[in-house]
Amino acid sequence: MQKLTRIQMAARLAKDIPAGSYVNIGIGLPELVANHLDPADEILLHSENGMLGMGPAAEPGEENHELINAGKRPVTLLTGGAFFGHVDSFAMMRGGHLDLCIMGGMQVSQRGDLANWSLGRKGEPPAVGGAMDLSVGARKVFILMEHNAKDGTPKLVESCTLPLTGLGVVHRVYTDLAIVDITPKGFLLREKLVDISDEELRACTGAPLHFADDR
Amino acid sequence: MIDKFKDNVHEAVADIPDGATVLVGGFGGAGHPTELLHALLEQGARDLTMVSNNAGNHEVGLAALIKAERVRKMICSFPRASHSYVFNQFYAEGRIELECVPQGTIAERLHAAGAGLGGFYTRTGYGTELAAGKEVREIDGHGYVFERPLHADYALVLAEKGDRWGNLTYNKTARNFGPVMCQAAKTTIVQVKQKVALGELDPEVIVTPGIFVQRVVVVSNPQFSS
Repeated sequence: MQKLTRIQMAARLAKDIPAGSYVNIGIGLPELVANHLDPADEILLHSENGMLGMGPAAEPGEENHELINAGKRPVTLLTGGAFFGHVDSFAMMRGGHLDLCIMGGMQVSQRGDLANWSLGRKGEPPAVGGAMDLSVGARKVFILMEHNAKDGTPKLVESCTLPLTGLGVVHRVYTDLAIVDITPKGFLLREKLVDISDEELRACTGAPLHFADDR
Repeated sequence: MIDKFKDNVHEAVADIPDGATVLVGGFGGAGHPTELLHALLEQGARDLTMVSNNAGNHEVGLAALIKAERVRKMICSFPRASHSYVFNQFYAEGRIELECVPQGTIAERLHAAGAGLGGFYTRTGYGTELAAGKEVREIDGHGYVFERPLHADYALVLAEKGDRWGNLTYNKTARNFGPVMCQAAKTTIVQVKQKVALGELDPEVIVTPGIFVQRVVVVSNPQFSS
């Protein structure tokens, strides 16, 4: 069974973003999603550091160090884009104005709890940035992450063991194996993305995985 | 005649005392008031509490102050970055205190301070270790955490243009925490790239009105460190 590559994962998620959406894309793996959006869809990207209508990375030689994204890399602004300060930027997040946010994840629980900001290691400074604000504020929260950690441990779990980012905040997870919704009864398979049996997929998942009745 | 301009950065930060709480604008390198921070380093104040999104990069600006052992405590959302090795080392050795606050909660605590509010309830952080020990309540079926205003003695901010009344404009994503930090401090000190005559800034595009600014100093070509 061939798992999806990181690029394929990002491309698959990108297909599900409705045209005209206001979207915040987190740093790391989610950044790849931006490469798979059709400009004609006018999906407007929000960057926590005060920008709406963020464009692609700046071309070499065109970088402006006062025009950067949340990952602190030089980017561009689309025609029609806007700049603003942090109070407005986080009002957009917490106030439910963003249609969607896409973040990476370390663990997602069957109740939609998210852990994605700290490994809880002693001596390593905790760094939360805007992750908690995004997790509670966006109308929909999609997590893009591998189904299992490098050592094979499931990242879809009964209860998170890592420090929490938010409680009951995740709507859907896109992995390198499947798309899984968080529902009142727990994890619900929405779509398999690779050739994998129900049993294998269940074995990779750290909590009960439900299948739709009409499947 | 009101004239908030100081002749140089040294004059602008001369009275910051030991033990002060100082807000530092910037997100990554964008908006980091490097020259004001270097003047503060030379001035010698110590035992400082610094509030900033990040904890400085390389050995420039805020990182230089930390390296010189002037900073007792950082209030910060994202101290860990690829070039924040000075802070990381001090933290690992237990030589600096850290209060890690979600980014939007820092912004809103500053806003509360500047707007005369006694705090606010936010969903951010509810049920997490960053809300440990804080008052919580349920509002319309959701858990909220009570957060207090974050007052400061001084703010150090970088802006684009300023006039003698202290009206400011910013450049692109270098705006970030600038406007709200100007509101939250008792004394706000701004380094601008360009001094303009009163009336030159279109009143419709002034981002920070001068009432929130006490001192302005021109630094035409600020040093940048990512």
